[in-house]
Parts: sequence; structure tokens; C-alpha cells
Amino acid sequence: MKKRKERIDRGIKARSGDVFTLCSWREMLYLAAPRLLPIIVFLLLPPLLSVYWQKVLLSLAVFALLSISWDLLSQSGMISLGQALFFGMGAYLSGIADHYFGLSPLVAIPLASFLGGAICTLALLPVLRLRGIYFSMVTLVIPLMLVRIIEATRIFGGTEGLTGMTPFPSKWIELYLVITVLLCLLFGFRRMMASDYGLVLKGICDNDRSVTNAGINIYWFKAQALFMASTVGAFSGAFMTHVYLFAGMPVFALDYSILPIAAAVVGGPGSFAGATLGAAILVPLSELLRGIGGLRIVFYGIFLVVFIVALPEGIFHYARRKYHQFERWVEVEK
Amino acid sequence: MNQTPLLQVIDLCKSFGGIQAVHFVNFDLYEGELLGLIGPNGSGKTTLANLITRFVKPSKGKVLYKGRPIQHLPPFEIVRLGIARTFQMVRPFYQLAAYKNMIIPLYSPRVKKIAGGEYGDRNAVALDLLEEVGFERDANVAYKPAGALPQGYLKRLELAKAIALQPDLLILDELFSGLSLAEVAGMVPIIEKLRLQGKTIIMIEHRLKELFRIADRVLVMNYGETIANGAPKDVMEMDAVKNAYLGSE
Amino acid sequence: MFVGTILYAIINSFILIMMAIGFNLTFGISGVANFAFGALYVLSAYGSWILLNLLKMPYLLSVTISILLTSLFGGLIYRLILLRVRGQALSEVIATFGIGLSILELFSYFGLVGFEYTLPVFIDHSFIIFGTYVDAQRLIIAAVGLVLVSSLWLFTHHTSIGLAFRGIAQDERTALTFGIASDRIATLSVSLGAGLAAVAATIIIPLGSIAPAEGYDVLIKALAVCIIGGLGSSGGVIVAGFVIGFAERFTDTYIGSHWTMIISLTAILLVLVIKPSGLFGKQKELEERI
Repeated sequence: MKKRKERIDRGIKARSGDVFTLCSWREMLYLAAPRLLPIIVFLLLPPLLSVYWQKVLLSLAVFALLSISWDLLSQSGMISLGQALFFGMGAYLSGIADHYFGLSPLVAIPLASFLGGAICTLALLPVLRLRGIYFSMVTLVIPLMLVRIIEATRIFGGTEGLTGMTPFPSKWIELYLVITVLLCLLFGFRRMMASDYGLVLKGICDNDRSVTNAGINIYWFKAQALFMASTVGAFSGAFMTHVYLFAGMPVFALDYSILPIAAAVVGGPGSFAGATLGAAILVPLSELLRGIGGLRIVFYGIFLVVFIVALPEGIFHYARRKYHQFERWVEVEK
Repeated sequence: MNQTPLLQVIDLCKSFGGIQAVHFVNFDLYEGELLGLIGPNGSGKTTLANLITRFVKPSKGKVLYKGRPIQHLPPFEIVRLGIARTFQMVRPFYQLAAYKNMIIPLYSPRVKKIAGGEYGDRNAVALDLLEEVGFERDANVAYKPAGALPQGYLKRLELAKAIALQPDLLILDELFSGLSLAEVAGMVPIIEKLRLQGKTIIMIEHRLKELFRIADRVLVMNYGETIANGAPKDVMEMDAVKNAYLGSE
Repeated sequence: MFVGTILYAIINSFILIMMAIGFNLTFGISGVANFAFGALYVLSAYGSWILLNLLKMPYLLSVTISILLTSLFGGLIYRLILLRVRGQALSEVIATFGIGLSILELFSYFGLVGFEYTLPVFIDHSFIIFGTYVDAQRLIIAAVGLVLVSSLWLFTHHTSIGLAFRGIAQDERTALTFGIASDRIATLSVSLGAGLAAVAATIIIPLGSIAPAEGYDVLIKALAVCIIGGLGSSGGVIVAGFVIGFAERFTDTYIGSHWTMIISLTAILLVLVIKPSGLFGKQKELEERI
């Protein structure tokens, strides 16, 4: 008697498929729960945590933003090995705006985000026409070079960096600001990618010749995706500058490039929820592993490789599959 | 006909390294014509199509569309002017449903421009277009993922994607290849309907019998050059053409 | 001083070429971008050091074993990991990047940094050429570089394996129909690339000391040279190596050592604007990807 594994939708998934979900609270809850969960957790958690863990949550949100930015790029066919470029650009621009021009965080941060996004997009425009690997190479190389340039020419504070920033009025504003932005982008980007516009972006990733053949200027679309992603990355950098009240060479550190990739790969590439989930796993994990210092990155690296080879769909997709479907053994029909 | 030709190809050349893929090709195409482009494998037919739609840059020569030169324009720009093509190697977005595959052409700025900004619900238009090319609506074929469809349907999907752009000139690259006789017979009425709508069509084909029944004129290529240009039965009588296909003694 | 600068510029160029050539070979020939390249460089250096100093083996034996082991390791990376993600550019890049990262940070963690961690020079001697002191090691770098580049050219153009390499670079499917086992060739090319990294390390490290950070530097430089020269083009690597090598050295002598990285960065950006696929990028037609 031979058996095979069969995967079927759960009953409740079938019942909550369409308008019929409105018939029952249970079905509505089934649909709403996965979406409400992150919202509730993120919004209610802060007051319950100690100051130390609040900082971790903050860091988590910032890295989640970087991961989402990375995921947006990868869904559009661009693999960024240098999220640090966007992060650092935003960090420095925000620091400069504050340090040299005395602008308050409320002005400096949006300014740095959009300006940083614009600069990074313009710098990377020539590479958009080339094969994807050039994009990855250039995004890897530029932040590493910028670090050395800053170190050598000692501009913008050189090795000491810029200090003397204006902090946020209160730590609650700080925390809830980044959480709100995260939640808005998480759901906003999801909506965007599910729309026809997102379909075009995903099409560019899959088969750009086909999209060009439809009379669509793929470079313009890629530039748009790049701008959105780099602005988000720049925002996270600009934000952090006003949390740590410091902007210096470490903002271009490899950490900021690697953790978003690891988070997206572990959490679930191709989905923003997955990227956030990945960040939510890796950031607290790396805090717990703080004791082992540099070995952290070794872990990220190993995680990365293991997941991309063994579980490429990531945790989020796996969990979602389990949520919606179940598996059972059935006899093979004759 | 003494109107300006819709498409004029003048002294078009393309060489890849040492290979002359297309060598001084000249022809005119008038509105409403169905031109068959035939020739043995490697004669440069697909390269010619690529040159016209600018997926490949010409080494020399000009292409005039409605009187204006287009050989330096980027491919998406050429599509927007009204030239649509299908590809020989059909590659849809396999994970997406067939009708979702249509969304991308329907998102094109050309479509928006022609419809005056409001084309209506893209999903509905996609389903209508697919029905026109033979996706049976009651069997919900259009909802199936493209990866699950047989070649005949994929070819029709490719055609539908080109039609969605509402082109004036359609270039169909080996649309009939890989299809059974019945499937080809099914597609001919669709092409006839396009002609009735006033579209100009270039068909690159190997299936000569089916092509000759619908083509007004035939252009024969061999080793990158055009060796014949005329009505189907005249062209097939020519020795040069017979030699090209069958080889000479 | 001018002559001295030129001499050092030539040597610098060869250093860059040697760093880039392994990466370029692997990518240009099998389309695998091995971002673990810098890590392999450092790995082989540490390997030689361990064999030399802890196991007290003779120099030539140590470096030979180290080079072979590194090549083997490269091949292993391909077989165990890259094979499973072949064709998905995203996964290839991430996987090799992750491996490289892990290796370098591991070394960093174990703190194997310091002046005692270095490899000995071949010949401890200095020559005076055109009135400038040039140590023998640097001359050896230039010599080895020249030999390597020419033998690689001969290899890829005149031997069947070399031609097979170029075959799968151009069109993998066609190559398969010719009976060229593309996976085996790809394994070979990753191994070869790794081996070249090891050779480069053996020759260049004696000028300084081994440091994990060097791994990142090597990767950056290899990438810079490949971007400017054009991925996959051996000619491009040579020309780009000389362009950057000379630019760096002259900037260092006449303007200031701080500016060398800026020059490299500017060069990259300029190339990207003017001829993005690199000076010799053959991929220009292919970049339209029909």
C-alpha cells in the first residue's frame, strides 16, 4: 500500500475564502489575526519592556526597515549587497543637517531620507542597465570605499564622526515613530506589490525582456523601486543618527549590509512580512549573542548559507503554509 | 498603392563579430498587408525582427516607420509607437495565472494613451482579450497558471499580449511552430480578424502551406540577404528560393 | 622620483591584476561570482602560515599544500553549496558572500592579527633599478604576474579545457550539447579561481602581514578592477589593473596617499557612466539580453 503526502487547504481557510468570511467571527479572526498580530505586538510591547529591551526593539525596527528595503529591491530584480550605503548616506546627511545647519530632527530626518534616496538612486542609475551582478558588486564596493575616503580625507568629522545632535523630545516619540513607519511601510509595500504596479516590478525581475516588449521602460520602473528602497534605507540611517546622537564611519559598516540580507533570507525572501520576521529573530538573537562579539557575523553568514540552501522559502512562507494548509498521508490511487 | 509605406527598411545590416546576420536588406511594407518572412534556419529572419523592434542595434541602415526613423530608439519606445512583436521562445510568467500575464502589457503607457486614460478594469479586459484568442471562458482556462498550459495556449497568450498593445504593426515570430495542424487552423481565423481590423502583419514562419494561404506577399531570406520578394506562388517558383531551401547540386 | 613612481606603479598594477584575475576567471568563465574570493585569499595565507610555523614544514611545501588545499576548498564550495543554487543569481551571490564573511570574521574573532603573522619573502634582497631601490619580492610579483597572465591566455585559447571554459561562459546549453560537462567545468573554474587567489596571497602577503580585513580589501580591489575592465575579459583585467595601478601610485606620490581610494572610486563611477560594462566588456551586446 503506497502512500503519498497530500497538501490541502484547511477547512477554515476554504470557508473564509470570499465574502462568506463575514458570516462568522471565527473566520474573520482567522483572516485578521496574522495581520493584527504584528500591529498589536509592536504597539503594545514598548511599555512592557525594560529600557534595555526597548533599545533592542528600536534596533529591531530599524533593521526591519533595512530588510524591507532590501526585499523591495530583490523583488524588483536588484540584489543589494550594500544596504549600508543607504543607511550611511541617510545617517551622514542627517548628521550634517543637524551638526552644521542646526536643523531639528523633525526636519533633518525627512530631508536626509529623501535626499539620501535621490543621491543613491542617481549614483546607481548607470548600473541599472547592466546585468544584476554589477548592481550587487557596485553596492558592495561603494560603502566600503566611502569609509576609507572619510577616514583618509577626514571630512565630516573623519574618524571621530559628527556629534552634538539634537535628540528626540522623548524616548516614546522615538520608539513609536519608527514603529509607526515600519508598520505603515510593511502594509503599504505589501499592498503596492500586490497591485498591478507591483506586478510590473515583479515581471521585471522575472523576465525583463517581456516587460520591455510591452512598451514599458523598465529602467524607469527600476529607478522608482530603487528610489523607494534607498529612501527607506536612508530614513533608517537618519533616524539612528538622532538616537545615538552620532554619525561616523561605523554607519557604513558591513553589519548594516549583511543583517538585512540574512533577515530576509531567514524570514522569507520575497515577502515584507518575512523580512520583518527575520529581523525580529536575528536582532534579539544577536543581542543575546553580544557576548561573543565578532562571532555574531559568523553566525549571520552561516545562517545565510544554511537557509539559502536548505530552506530557501524562509520561515514566514513555511509558517504561512502551515497556517493555511495541512498535510496528510493518503493512499496512492490506482 | 501610392501612399507612404507603413514600414520602410533601407539597407539594413547587422554583423555579430565576423558573421553577417543581416546584409543590406531592403523592403517596404504597406498598411494592411500581411507579409510572410521565410527562409531556412539561420537566414536572419529573427535578427531582422529584432532589428526592426530594436532589441538589437543595427550596424548600418535605416528603418522608417510612418515616415520617421526608428532605428535608434529604445525598444520600449518603438512598442509605444505601435509596433508589437511576439517571441519565438515563449516565456510567460509561469507562476501567474494566464490573465494576470496580460496585466503587464495592459499597464503599458501606449494602452493608457489610446484609451484616453481610462481603459477600464484591466482584469476584465484581459479576460476579454484572452477569449478572443481562444481561451474558452466557460472552462476558465484563463485562470490557470501559465505553467500549467500547453504550448498551443501559450502561443495564443503571447499573441494576446501583443494584441493588447493595440499595435498598428504586428510582427509574429514563428507563431505556428510547435503547434498541431488543428491548433494552427484554429489560429488562422484570429489572424484574419486582425487583418480585417486593418492591422499590418509580418509573419516569420516555417510552416509554408498555412502561411501562403493568408499572406499577400512573401519575402525570402537566405544568409542574411533577401533573395525574393513577391506573391507566394511566384516566389516559390524561383530557382534561387528552391536552392535555398533544398540545397543545390 | 618619477622613475621610481613608474616602477612602483608597474608593480602595483601587477598586484592588482593578480588579485583580480582569479575572480575574473571564475566569473567570466563559469558565470559564478565568487564573493568568498577575499576570504579564500586570506584563508590560504593563514594556511601557509600554520603549516610553516606550527608544523614547521619547509616553505615551498607549505605554500604548495596551502594553494592546493585552497583550490580544493573552492571546488568544495561549488559542489556542496553553489551547485544547489546554480542559476539563481541571488542565491549564488548571497551564499558565497555568506561563506566569505563567516571565514573572515572567524579569523578576526580568533585575533590572528599582528606582525608575526606574515609569510617570508622568496629572496631577501634589494636591487637598484634606474636609481630606485626595489626589493626582490616586488620584482617577483611582476614576474609571476606576467607569467600567470600569459599562461592563462594560452590556456583559455589553446587548450581544450580552456576552450571549454570559454564555451560555457558564452552559452551553457550549447556547450552541454558539445559534451562539455558544465558542472565539472564550473567546479574546476571555481577551484582555479581559488587557487589563483592563493597564489596571489603567497606572493603579495610577504610585503605586509596577514589580516582578515585584507580579505575585504582584496575583494574590493578585485571587484574594482573587474568593474572597470569588464567582467569576463582577461584583457580588461590587465588594462584596468594598469589604469588603477598607475592612478593609485601617482596619486600617492604627487597628491597624497589619502586620495588613492577616491581615485579608484571616481574611476569606477566614471566607467559606469561612460561605458558601464567596463573598458573591454564584451557583454555589451549580451547586456541587452535577448
